[in-house]
Amino acid sequence: MKISFPIMGNSYLAFKQLVKDLGHEPIVAPLPTARTMSLGTMYSPEFACIPFKILLGTYLEAIEMGAEVIVSSGGHGPCRAGYYGILQQKIIEDLGYDTKIIIFDSFAKTYKEFISKLSWLIKTGNKSWWQLYQAFKPTWAKLKALDEIELLSHDIRPFEINTGETTRVYRKCLELMDEPVTKPQILEAKEVCLKLLKDIPQDQSRVPLKIGIIGEIYVLIEPFANLDIQATLGEMGVYTERAMNLFHWLTENTKVSHQEKKIIKAAQPYLREKIGGHGINSIGETIIYAERGFNGVIQIAPFSCIPEIVAKGILPQVSQDHGIPVMTIFLDEMMGKAGMQTRLEAFVDLLQQKRDYKLA
Amino acid sequence: MTQLKIGFPRTLFYFLYYPFWYTFFHELDCELITSQPTTQHSLNLGVAETVNDACLPIKLYHGHVAELKDQVDIMFMPRMVKVRKMETEVFCPKFLGLPDMVRNSISGLPRIIDEKIDLSKGRKPLWHTCKKIAKKIDKSGVGVWLAYKKAQRCQDKFHKYLALGMGAQEAIDVAVSGRNFQEPKKYETDINLAILGYPYLIYDSFVNVGMFERLSQMGIKPWTVEMVPSDRLEAQAKYLPKSLFWHFSNRTMRATYYYLHEQRVDGIIHVTAFGCGPDAMVDKLMELDAKNTGKMPFLTLSLDEQTGEAGIYTRIEAFVDMLRYRRGHHENIISHHG
Repeated sequence: MKISFPIMGNSYLAFKQLVKDLGHEPIVAPLPTARTMSLGTMYSPEFACIPFKILLGTYLEAIEMGAEVIVSSGGHGPCRAGYYGILQQKIIEDLGYDTKIIIFDSFAKTYKEFISKLSWLIKTGNKSWWQLYQAFKPTWAKLKALDEIELLSHDIRPFEINTGETTRVYRKCLELMDEPVTKPQILEAKEVCLKLLKDIPQDQSRVPLKIGIIGEIYVLIEPFANLDIQATLGEMGVYTERAMNLFHWLTENTKVSHQEKKIIKAAQPYLREKIGGHGINSIGETIIYAERGFNGVIQIAPFSCIPEIVAKGILPQVSQDHGIPVMTIFLDEMMGKAGMQTRLEAFVDLLQQKRDYKLA
Repeated sequence: MTQLKIGFPRTLFYFLYYPFWYTFFHELDCELITSQPTTQHSLNLGVAETVNDACLPIKLYHGHVAELKDQVDIMFMPRMVKVRKMETEVFCPKFLGLPDMVRNSISGLPRIIDEKIDLSKGRKPLWHTCKKIAKKIDKSGVGVWLAYKKAQRCQDKFHKYLALGMGAQEAIDVAVSGRNFQEPKKYETDINLAILGYPYLIYDSFVNVGMFERLSQMGIKPWTVEMVPSDRLEAQAKYLPKSLFWHFSNRTMRATYYYLHEQRVDGIIHVTAFGCGPDAMVDKLMELDAKNTGKMPFLTLSLDEQTGEAGIYTRIEAFVDMLRYRRGHHENIISHHG
């Protein structure tokens, strides 16, 4: 069966492998482009958030390539993302396609359906549960490796001597990571990539500004949605740290980490209720970045994202109390790279002045 | 001793839960003061105080709080989380964080009671919540229980009036004051329209620019979410593979199915607020299902800060004209003009 899946950051490299190992033919939709966006926007509700539109566009492109089944993750609200799949299925049906979207909701809450969906996938691919388990291990290792490589690239970029080199090397790393299949091969490829990145000529005497990037998880992870904010800032010589990465997204339904608890506790004086999505995280993370001595925080979220709007309403108070500048950027289908660049430059200039003033 | 003055903004939950809280606090010898019905002034205040990306109802809530804050000793802003035993059904995330948004945006607020209303767990969760609220204003004992019981009776009465098709404000007046219900002026009606949406849009005649009065004058009988018998409303859950996450959205969606399947109307109008997150999903679902269930005519009216009477009425008139035209001509006759 031809199976496709959403594109979110680099995860497609690992999922492609998983689908293949399960005995199906993976359909990897093209990385999101302007065409994806306009396809998605055309058929989405006007006020749906940008992840909904990009995902729908991706699904439609995958359907053009022949996808019969699309596998995606669900949720239980109150963020709208948990309902994407159902509405997207209806929209796709209305357009006359018979592609099925299979949604995996939280295992803890819907374990029966979870297992029956999984067993259907295994059966149609003529594989066994044991083979699924076997296929799962390298997928997990690959996701972890991809995360590690991406994080390192963001650490190195502000120090690079030749602007743009890190991005070039990083693209090459992604190509390298596409090939390995088994776990040892993946680990080996990872080491090669890490070395390639570390070998980039760097100027360690720089003291870059530090900016924490918080907000909604999809736009944090998918560079097409956030107009490559981390690389843009990195090339401006700013060290950035992102509050969430792929691994967060994969594990958040299974356990609450120590770090997560800390974040929620930090947010308590400002927001006492979990409001879905990562609204409460945005508040807590801002406080933690302030405590860690970061120079500023940028909140990025899809236009009309409900939890992040609540967070945005509260952040000015947090910013004032903790003395950390916060800028919010809501992303929509009209956003252009130049507009983003201008806002980032202005923000960085202000942070620079603030730091110089403090030092003087 | 002077009575404690407790403020309750006349928007959002007011239109569904006010009779309960009015009776409860009144019985506890407190005065529950509401803000004035929404005006341009409350809207302007709200727009000034609220984060710009928020939707119209949230801005209005801020506006009402700002209007009310200097007249009361305590601002009562219950944090509405869950009102029934359903694991995944809560209110919109903006409601969940509303007391925090208000606290962090408006300065000079009086003391706030923002007790969490979560009726999903345990026995008599509402009673326990009421007990906690009473404790915060130094009330306890059997009086609280009596107030709670009386409040529930008043609330039940209120729902009964709503089901009869009374507007929320009128139903509140009748339920709270106990005065007799007067038959409203009867209009000739020839078209049944389901006017669906959240209570704070449907029943706030400033926000919807007096839509209901006008509809009656145009010969339209409006049907609302609250007019669906509650058991029938719940029975419609079967049409969705997964319940929505938001209480009001589930009610609206189920009412849509009721008017599509059980009590066919001539058309459906979805009243929504500009920037409403849940409605982005609900509106599309309604549109698709209206189209696929016997081609029900469907219109979305989006209300925002700039909504004017003329714009809304023009759209409703055009919609109704189409319905009458469609009724006059048999559907499968091809137009003579085109």
